[in-house]
Amino acid sequence: MSSSVGSMRPRNITSRIVIYGLLAIFAAMFLLPLFVMVVTSLKSLDELRNGTMLALPQEVTFEAWHKAWSEARIGVGSVNGDGIRGFFWNSFRMVVPAVIISTMLGALNGYVLTKWRFAGHKLIFGLMLFACFIPFQIVLIPMARLLGIMGLANSTAGLVLVHVVYGLGFTTLFFRNFYEAFPDELVKAAQIDGAGFFQIFWRILLPSSGPIIVVTVIYQFTNIWNDFLFGVSFSSGDQAPITVALNNLVNSSTGVKEYNVHMAAAMIAALPTLLVYVVAGRYFVRGLMAGAVKG
Amino acid sequence: MSAVPLTDPAGGSSSSRAERLRHALPKLVLAPSFALVLVFVYGFILWTIYLSFTPSRMLPVYQLIGFDAYQRLWSQPNWYVALQNLAIFGSLYLLLCTAIGLTLAILLDQRIRFEGVLRPIFLYPMALSFIVTGTAWQWFLNPTLGLGRTMQALGWPTWAPVRWLGWENAQFDWLVNTETAIYTVVIAGVWQASGFVMAMFLAGLRGIDGEIIKAAEIDGASSFTIYRRIIIPLLRPVFLSVFIVLAHMAIKSYDLVKALTGGGPGNATELPSTFMYSFTYERSQMAVGAASAVIMLMTITAIIVPYLYSELRERRG
Repeated sequence: MSSSVGSMRPRNITSRIVIYGLLAIFAAMFLLPLFVMVVTSLKSLDELRNGTMLALPQEVTFEAWHKAWSEARIGVGSVNGDGIRGFFWNSFRMVVPAVIISTMLGALNGYVLTKWRFAGHKLIFGLMLFACFIPFQIVLIPMARLLGIMGLANSTAGLVLVHVVYGLGFTTLFFRNFYEAFPDELVKAAQIDGAGFFQIFWRILLPSSGPIIVVTVIYQFTNIWNDFLFGVSFSSGDQAPITVALNNLVNSSTGVKEYNVHMAAAMIAALPTLLVYVVAGRYFVRGLMAGAVKG
Repeated sequence: MSAVPLTDPAGGSSSSRAERLRHALPKLVLAPSFALVLVFVYGFILWTIYLSFTPSRMLPVYQLIGFDAYQRLWSQPNWYVALQNLAIFGSLYLLLCTAIGLTLAILLDQRIRFEGVLRPIFLYPMALSFIVTGTAWQWFLNPTLGLGRTMQALGWPTWAPVRWLGWENAQFDWLVNTETAIYTVVIAGVWQASGFVMAMFLAGLRGIDGEIIKAAEIDGASSFTIYRRIIIPLLRPVFLSVFIVLAHMAIKSYDLVKALTGGGPGNATELPSTFMYSFTYERSQMAVGAASAVIMLMTITAIIVPYLYSELRERRG
């Protein structure tokens, strides 16, 4: 499989140099923004004003990180500056239940759609799959109304509901494609042995679902953590997730722009998903591909 | 199968009820999810379509008045700016992400020693939210403190070719210039997504049968010819996937613009997604906002439905 183009390995030195050179330039371009973010967040405001973006900090200070985390004023309306830590935890309170619920439902759906098929299963799957692609602008107004009626407007519970609903298509897709490859014979054999619907799921499918559970959880975690549109539409003030708080910090602050604090806040907002990427990069990519390329 | 005589009314009915339940169980398990999708996706789509035919302003009104909102939408200069920007952003985003992604994939597929180090470097931006990306790029592209000054410090303005191109003061002001601001959205968007496109192409390249290529090599084809005539044509399904993913991301794109430019300067980086939000929530023109959302949905549907249809039809079972 991996032998594909590898056999065409260019023999001469010049082309090797060109290839490595191009890759190095690209790598530098991709890393530069991260470098600048880190460096900026470690500088004082004075140093920012006087130096260039690429210069290393003359004096490393974690002032900006501290300020972003626990002192910065978020948004125009906020009076007391409490930093973004509260919003950071908001995001966790939202992401954990939303990921667990949507993953569990996705696993059950995928199981039914592959091992307990009934007439019209394809149509149902197609309808759920299309739901992954809709521009969310089409549901914003009704969703806001419904959350208001249900008394869930501007609450973490409301955002959990939203993310569960709009994550279902993806989680179902992941598990369906995974269970599609799972041998039907094993399920049939278990049925003959008298195993019921849930027994087969618990005892036979779920124990071998580890990889797809990891992929789904990572995909959902990243998507929900990084969401902005739902957060900004259905929450405000103290209840907002971190992406909304970061945007408020950066785009509605008046007076001197504290870019070092902005960069530190952006790093904090990015850390959980970056961590997931570093720790489980393989699964992260697999999740992206599964979500994007469909099955 | 059952020892219970069929004439036994009690036993018979209970066992058939259990039997029926057993049969219905899979559907019962799927039902809540499907109901949620029906209501929250399809019900809401109908709801928004309905609203687009009403005179709703700040709050929804349920009186049908016809195509008024669509007429107002298509007479908005802002809407044309949004569509034009989507065309610029969408086409450049697609083109550049595909070109860079494919280039990186081909380079990485040359038995590179440090592939394991390089691949994650190209991909990590995908882990970041658009808000983080937008915030970061807003800072790099800051005309006074960011890239502009860095370029000056590096002696860029004295470079003859730059001056020759009429870029004498080398003030990098794309972000605040109405003419160029949309291109900063392209830059940030491409930076974020091209690594992912690379991963898709790389997966495609690794899936190609090596025998075909060996045969071509034996025939004396150069590697350029092999790529042009054999490998890239074989990657057609990947190109299609890349197109679907990127086109639909471009149409949905909201966060990046919001964080990078806020739709400005003026309305220079307005996209349909930001148009919808501001008309619905900030300008109290809910019906027009709903109408713009309907147009967005129709655009995406035109791309996605034929794709999903062909994908689902190919699978058996």
